[in-house]
Amino acid sequence: MKHDLIILGGGPAGLAAAIAAYDAGLRDILIVERDRELGGILNQCIHNGFGLHTFKEELTGPEYAARFIAGVKERNIPYVLNTMALHVSPDKQVTLMNRTDGVQTVEANAIILAMGCRERARGALNIPGYRPAGIYSAGTAQRLVNIEGFMPGREVVILGSGDIGLIMARRLTLEGAKVKVVAELMPYSGGLKRNIVQCLDDYGIPLKLSHTVVDIRGRKRVEGVTIAAVDAHNKPIPGTEEDYDCDTLLLSCGLIPENELSREMGVSINPITNGPVVNESLETSIPGVFAAGNVLHVHDLVDFVSEEAGAAGRAAAAYVQAGSVDAERHPIPVRFEGGVRYTVPSTIDPAFIGESLVVRYRVGGVMKNRIVSAWMDGEQVTKKRRQIMAPGEMEEVKLTKAMFDAHPDCKEVLIRIEEA
Amino acid sequence: MYDVIIIGAGVTGCAAARWLSRYDAHVCVLEKEEDVCCGTSKANSAIVHAGFDAENGSLMAKLNVRGSEMMEALSKELDFSYNRCGSLVVCLSEEDRPKLQALYENGLQNGVKGLEIIDRKRLVELEPNVSDDAVAALWAPTGAICCPFEMTLAFAENAAQNGVEFCFDTEVQSLCRTGEGWVVRTNNGAFRSRAIVNAAGVYADVFHNAVCEKPIHITPRRGDYCLLDHSAEGFVRHTVFQLPGKFGKGVLVSPTVHGNVIVGPTAIDITDREGTNTTAAGLNEVVQKAGLSMKNLPMRQTITSFAGLRAHEDGHEFLIGESAQDFFDCAGIESPGLSSAPAIGELVAGMLRKKYGFAEKRDFVATRKGILDPKTLSTEAWNALIQREPAYGQIICRCESVTEGEILDAIRRPLGAKSLDGVKRRTRAGMGRCQAGFCSPRVMEILSRERNVPLSSITKNGAGSELIVGVTKDKYAEVRDEA
Repeated sequence: MKHDLIILGGGPAGLAAAIAAYDAGLRDILIVERDRELGGILNQCIHNGFGLHTFKEELTGPEYAARFIAGVKERNIPYVLNTMALHVSPDKQVTLMNRTDGVQTVEANAIILAMGCRERARGALNIPGYRPAGIYSAGTAQRLVNIEGFMPGREVVILGSGDIGLIMARRLTLEGAKVKVVAELMPYSGGLKRNIVQCLDDYGIPLKLSHTVVDIRGRKRVEGVTIAAVDAHNKPIPGTEEDYDCDTLLLSCGLIPENELSREMGVSINPITNGPVVNESLETSIPGVFAAGNVLHVHDLVDFVSEEAGAAGRAAAAYVQAGSVDAERHPIPVRFEGGVRYTVPSTIDPAFIGESLVVRYRVGGVMKNRIVSAWMDGEQVTKKRRQIMAPGEMEEVKLTKAMFDAHPDCKEVLIRIEEA
Repeated sequence: MYDVIIIGAGVTGCAAARWLSRYDAHVCVLEKEEDVCCGTSKANSAIVHAGFDAENGSLMAKLNVRGSEMMEALSKELDFSYNRCGSLVVCLSEEDRPKLQALYENGLQNGVKGLEIIDRKRLVELEPNVSDDAVAALWAPTGAICCPFEMTLAFAENAAQNGVEFCFDTEVQSLCRTGEGWVVRTNNGAFRSRAIVNAAGVYADVFHNAVCEKPIHITPRRGDYCLLDHSAEGFVRHTVFQLPGKFGKGVLVSPTVHGNVIVGPTAIDITDREGTNTTAAGLNEVVQKAGLSMKNLPMRQTITSFAGLRAHEDGHEFLIGESAQDFFDCAGIESPGLSSAPAIGELVAGMLRKKYGFAEKRDFVATRKGILDPKTLSTEAWNALIQREPAYGQIICRCESVTEGEILDAIRRPLGAKSLDGVKRRTRAGMGRCQAGFCSPRVMEILSRERNVPLSSITKNGAGSELIVGVTKDKYAEVRDEA
């Protein structure tokens, strides 16, 4: 069996990619979803705030997902649920498995990776102490509360100020739990400013920056945790320990793109994002394999996931329509300096962009009063002033076709941050 | 009235049970935890030592070599993971060479086969990531790795298959000698038995001292470990020990049978027999010492850390035998206890048989099938299996690719899993890089359905470790309206 396009993942990225590919003229598409329903993690995000950019209104996660699911269904785009992609080979053979069809291999002309991300677990944080019940990643707790209707605990400490942790601080508070403190290792929050305000400040939940959990007590169930301040090297400072009695520790310490399948098929991975290295078409190092959403780099806002995935869908359609062959390319590398940690994409071939191209990036620390500029061959092509930038909020620079046209021999695009 | 009561369902107690189950004897294992393999047996290096380390002439040396020799055939009969990957003891300075030689000679005297001292060139061929400081190594091709959970479960299930009874959540409170044997009082009532086997791990001295004239003393010796993700697979190919030398007693870096890398342990003497908490100092020590023998160890790939307690007896020797009338010790079983477990089982069962004249069981079943991992099947065979049992086509744990079929088997088989950890040890669901983030709600659901108990009573590892504390307001309204 062969499809024009197989999309791995039926969350927001996969759905938007499918719709865009369909609207660009592709018909033979298959969305593969491992869960019981389409929509991905949005289904458990019952809070609002989704869709402000896309639909100019505030939707809940399930509502936002429902619009894209409706879009897929209106177009009769085929999808399979409860289906795991076990392997993907470099020549785009995808091994799928589910209860009804068993293990089968299907082939694709193009693939879009849209597998999302997972949460960083306790082990990766090396938190000492016992290993009792009551330690959850924020997303697991979110699933238990919002999908299953169960409370993971009554007295909660949260480590990490990622958005899911902040959202869960509010959610658990509304369900009658006492969220005692949110500790964040870094000197700045990992989440969106609006979530700090709406989920912590509004409920009087303290946020302790530059703090971490140094001990977990309780043999069977969490009985308490110890929090300490950390120094500039993130090492706990003796004497600053504070004990909190609690039955639950939630971890919201970062998200990791799920690229095990990508690695297995040989896609090059960017060590900073843990996502594939992509060009302007969001195409990975393997021609015809594209990536979008949190599998590519972790996003803060689903609106941008949808936008990015739409671009990947259109690029995949163009690839298939051009005969699924690798076109001759002239990639221009994107370099960065002054505190940019990475950019997506990493290279740009101006022949493959439309009227404009959004380059997304994150900064490595909180920065105030900066000028962000883009340069082509030593000439500044755009700049904007940013009052404040933080690692928790994704940034973007917009490049236009006209800029590239004005620099036909461009060898390098530079994104630079400097003090204003 | 039992013929034998075994205290403790760790690897030693389960091995004793398994080898006793060859005989016509009425045997019962009492375990204070909710499952087998909940103490030392679940938190160790998962190594089958070749046997060069234990002092020549000691019981430890004899049983280690014997256990190591038995292990491969046993792993096939009882279907547990075992891989003879070989081990290396790395010497990190020229001045320690005499110690390496001494270790080699001790190994020869112990009867370990294939030992060789190899130079740096050969060492680097075997282990490309070995430290630049390594000057030589002791190569033991018979060194191996195994899955301690599977091994303990295999012994226990095979024993149960052959009629041994297991009582969980049953903590022995006192032992009382009567005319015809023992009365064992527990939180679950009194049990009577002719003989007792003391396989209580870090508690073995408590029971020994309660009934024996000559006291023993066991120190819980804590070992912290880090476990690295599959993405680190191949970084180390053999079990790499450090020669105890000028840097003190080192830590090992080893592949595991499931494709992870294990690093540890520390050796910290404590007093708390339940003190399995890791400490920052302990974990730092693991990281720092591991760097002595292996360079560029990808510690960032750590997916979990844990600590286990070794039952260190003051004389550093296995104490196995009839220490009081009808009271058989299996005490001081620290490393190489896992490696020696089959030999300990064989030895203690033999002692009991000799004393009580148990007859060979005519219908003894020597083999046991583990939980089928469909990933080991051909696509055709897996598909045929899914047709018969669709649950084998449903992945529950995505990190370790564990199907619902395997989890159902783990719950339904004899001595089946009752908790998340029980499922995890049997199937590896939750043991991967996300550490049960995605699969725990699913496994809880399956446990609840299969065991026909409410989700609120599902635990991580037995009573007191319940995973949820109540329902949300919406759910409460739903439940109330239904009522």
